[in-house]
Amino acid sequence: MLDISVAYNRYKFLGYEFLTWLWFLIENEQNTINEIVQEPMSLEIGNRIVLENLRKEVLESITIQGDDAGLEEGVIALRKGAVVTEINLVYKGNDFESNFTVKGEGLSVSGLKVPQSGHVESRKDMEGAVIEKIYLHNRVLQLTDNLFKQFIRLRCSNDWLSKVVPRIRQWIHS
Amino acid sequence: MGLLSSTVSVTRYKIEGKLEDPILDTIAKGLKENVIKDVDEDISEKKVGWTSFENPFMPDFRGSSFVIGTHMVFSLRIDKKVIPQKTIRKHYAIEAAKRLAESGRQFLTRDEKKMIKDHVTDTLMLRIPSTPHLYDLIWDYDSSSLCFFSNLKSANEELETLFSQSFQLSLIRLFPFTIADLTMGLSDGERDNLAKLSPTNFTG
Repeated sequence: MLDISVAYNRYKFLGYEFLTWLWFLIENEQNTINEIVQEPMSLEIGNRIVLENLRKEVLESITIQGDDAGLEEGVIALRKGAVVTEINLVYKGNDFESNFTVKGEGLSVSGLKVPQSGHVESRKDMEGAVIEKIYLHNRVLQLTDNLFKQFIRLRCSNDWLSKVVPRIRQWIHS
Repeated sequence: MGLLSSTVSVTRYKIEGKLEDPILDTIAKGLKENVIKDVDEDISEKKVGWTSFENPFMPDFRGSSFVIGTHMVFSLRIDKKVIPQKTIRKHYAIEAAKRLAESGRQFLTRDEKKMIKDHVTDTLMLRIPSTPHLYDLIWDYDSSSLCFFSNLKSANEELETLFSQSFQLSLIRLFPFTIADLTMGLSDGERDNLAKLSPTNFTG
């Protein structure tokens, strides 16, 4: 395998493209997300999205923030060649709701909020709370893993350029 | 930010290598040998070591106290002392004036100035308490995966160094390329395609 730091820098565009594709799916193809995840759920854009135009000589960054913020300026930025570098997501399942931010560069998760565990008073309570948190955190991490895996399979296939990218372009320019 | 906090940040790793049997004893040995040392009676600026998740200020790795369910749960602790530059300057000025008065000279040599500064810094380091920073981690040995509850570059770098030193195992940070290359079971053809990828032009 490539040197880790070389691989990190050379392929960080994969994380940006993943988040751009994910925004496209959320806006246009929720059923595809359900098929990938194989559970009744919804995924929505939360209160923050960051785009960067890496094709210009001087870096251009656009941050859209706020609970009811419109994303039109984000789409305009996409038209100019920007990609999504950071996105806040709301994941709702049957008995579950979580809010978290994914940064494209490293696919690290931050600001991850899951339902509260019970009050901890003893070691037994603490063990129960830890096991519950591991389960809840894993639900979110598995969601992002499954979506990313689907993205990579598409990205490494001919379908990416022949089918997916034209649909994303159509959305950006609609 | 701890594992049980209402909001967490997570950096994920894949672990390369296997431990000697019995695994829990090997892990306990690595933890005990690299447990956080007290920095308060020391002139060091920083100490890094492992501590217990349950009792981070009195680490104890006896038995299987670091095992919860099927996971190993413990914490990285970084204790730091930070002396404000203005405080160092003040104590340096006092000490330098005292030396000049004692020697009857008007100037100090470069070496004398450095010695005074080092002495002042060491003395202050012994006097100020350290600030502890705690970062929890969950290690799933069976799946060779580790979740570290911080995205801070400095904390992640300390984790990578201490983990390798303690257990002689490599931590590989999971980011887009390594997730695809190491965790997805891609075919040889897909891996070749992955290595050849270049950025997509979405604008057409």
